[in-house]
Amino acid sequence: MSKDVVADLKRDHIAKLLEKGIRTDGRKFEEMRPLTVETNFIGSAEGSARVRLGDTQVVVGVKLILGEPFADTPNSGVLTTNAELIPMASDTFEGGPPDQESIEVARVIDRGIREGHAVDLDKLCIEPGKEVWIMFVDVHVLDYDGNLFDAANIGANAAFKTAIVPAKRAGKGEDYPLPVKHQPISLTAVKIDGKILVDPSHDEERVADARLTVATIENGNLCAMQKGLDGAFTLDEVFKVVDLSRRIGEDIRSRL
Amino acid sequence: MDDSGSKETAREIVVPGELLSTKKMRAGPGTFVEGGKIYAAQLGIKNVRPDGVSVVPLAGQYIPMRDDLVVGKIIDIGPSNWLVDINSPYPAPLHVNEVPWRVEFGETSKFMNVGDIVLLKIVDVSETKRITVSMQDSGLRKLTGGMVVEVSPSKVPRLIGRNGSMIQMLKNETGCRIYVGQNGRIWIDGDLDNIVKAINAIKMIEEEAHSLGLTEKVKKFLEQNTGKGA
Amino acid sequence: MGGTPTDLKLIDENGRRLDGRLPDEMRPLKIEAGVLSRADGSAYVEWGLNKVMAAVYGPRECHPRHLQNPERALVQCNYNMASFSVDDRKRPGPDRRSHEISKIISEALTHVVFTEYFPRTSIDVYIEVLQANAGTRCAGLTAASVALADAGVPMRDLVASCAAGKVADTVVVDLAKEEDNFGQADIPLGYVPRTGEIVLLQMDGDLTSDQFNKGISMAMEGCKKVYEVQRDALKRRYEVRSAGTELEVLGAAPAKEGM
Repeated sequence: MSKDVVADLKRDHIAKLLEKGIRTDGRKFEEMRPLTVETNFIGSAEGSARVRLGDTQVVVGVKLILGEPFADTPNSGVLTTNAELIPMASDTFEGGPPDQESIEVARVIDRGIREGHAVDLDKLCIEPGKEVWIMFVDVHVLDYDGNLFDAANIGANAAFKTAIVPAKRAGKGEDYPLPVKHQPISLTAVKIDGKILVDPSHDEERVADARLTVATIENGNLCAMQKGLDGAFTLDEVFKVVDLSRRIGEDIRSRL
Repeated sequence: MDDSGSKETAREIVVPGELLSTKKMRAGPGTFVEGGKIYAAQLGIKNVRPDGVSVVPLAGQYIPMRDDLVVGKIIDIGPSNWLVDINSPYPAPLHVNEVPWRVEFGETSKFMNVGDIVLLKIVDVSETKRITVSMQDSGLRKLTGGMVVEVSPSKVPRLIGRNGSMIQMLKNETGCRIYVGQNGRIWIDGDLDNIVKAINAIKMIEEEAHSLGLTEKVKKFLEQNTGKGA
Repeated sequence: MGGTPTDLKLIDENGRRLDGRLPDEMRPLKIEAGVLSRADGSAYVEWGLNKVMAAVYGPRECHPRHLQNPERALVQCNYNMASFSVDDRKRPGPDRRSHEISKIISEALTHVVFTEYFPRTSIDVYIEVLQANAGTRCAGLTAASVALADAGVPMRDLVASCAAGKVADTVVVDLAKEEDNFGQADIPLGYVPRTGEIVLLQMDGDLTSDQFNKGISMAMEGCKKVYEVQRDALKRRYEVRSAGTELEVLGAAPAKEGM
């Protein structure tokens, strides 16, 4: 609790600095924090990545097991995304079953990779209607300094790129690389006193009026969005974030 | 590992359980005695003086001590007291008898409210860590405006400096009003550029608290830096 | 402990183990202290193929309140395995095994922490196993004790931890996964090298009393090596960055003027 005590004063200070065009960590409004991605970090996973975005740190693991397809998609593998906002990562996270916040994170990550067709789920079908690969994408947050959405999205994309379908272990022929189709990259921006800032830190997130996440694929098309918090955006602001997402997404994609 | 009582020229970092001395000497803060020997109780820098040995901690929570000056935030109000978060595991009640005003029962909120920042003194810490704080001393008051930053409480001595030299330099170079609480909270007020400059200098002191020649470094920084980013 | 499958030779003709180690040889161990920004203290341990993160928050106000002890701090450990840490995906959340491990690690750590300095508080220790390959409770306890020291928590000592066991009728130290799965016994140990105190001890499998004696002394030797790595990790975190001038050591009672 005591770490959040100075929030009100910080809000004032952050807002005053933004008026002068400065963010508390010295970044420009449209600048991401330093990003490092370590793939194949977890040997027990079929694909994995450790992502550091500033002080935010997540590990994404991809596991594949055999199972049955859903009745309405007999020819497709199954994608399941789960996020663990464990108390290790922040004194604001609590143990126990997933709360609304971790469910939102998981669902926004899921939407980006599902709708952006990160993985060709049809190629994860073994026998239509009977047997398919079930792909678990597990996001484990170790250190929380804001913008879990993008850190986890980047981690998922990086993990897919190096993931192997463990067909041999399951007695289903030879192993093969996970059929990656697109790289839907998300960008999250917040609005504080009318200013739009990308990749918010924890302090910025806490004082933000509104938040918008936009995921785009290689050709610039949009595949997923999520607006959060109780403030509002103008249409122009939304357009601006979409634009930023395309531009920054391209840069991130080139670095994976 | 055992020291000879000679003047130390190099810092020695010790970990909990490390032997500090087998001699009969005073076991200072951050140490404990077992079987007649003195050991480190905390991760820190071994500090040997002629009369004893202690460990200057490199990390740790703020543990309230009598007479400490602290920057607190009011987190709850009762009819005859305010509850103050002082960045320690123990919130401190501030009783109406300990403020410089006459406050009738039930009228506490007319004077201070939840969210207000206050400069207080610890007047008593009981055996079970029940804390008594007071606002009745010169300089103690409610702090309005300004900005509060937090540093690890173990870095506060470094921030204040020998005889207050570091903090005085910070005040002189930035022209800011600065109050340093022993609890690691620092209240700063001034114009924005100078606040930014002061915050950056404080961050630098916190990050490099254990490096040598820090005072010179900070001095240089304050003279050159004109306050970009915070 | 399962039975040895006939095609798996846990010890070869030259007395070497599956990964080439000799019976008294440990897997490589790396420890890094202070790796997380939000936690009060943290440590990351890579031990063989184990990857374990530990974080400490506190001492802080103890919640729920009814757990508060008016005389001392409560050391509460939470051991958790990431769903991707094992070959077959683990369902997220605690199971009976992780509850038990959390409990015995809490107890081992409580022994060395000066809990009496912080009545009514809790010291929360989180252990996350990111990749598991036998010996995660030892790696977790080892990481947790470094994280506690990194958080500045006053302690009598660091707890070091290491296991020994029996594979193919041979007593060996620090079992790897196949040895754990197909071996004959396992003895995880938590140990305070300075005092010789045993603060965590479990055993399962089948051992003669001679084998047990040998195993526990091997585990103790292992703990001593672990302790050296723990100490180094903590000291490395604060290595002198610039040299030359004499350090100004500031006492615990700083000047209060000038405020």
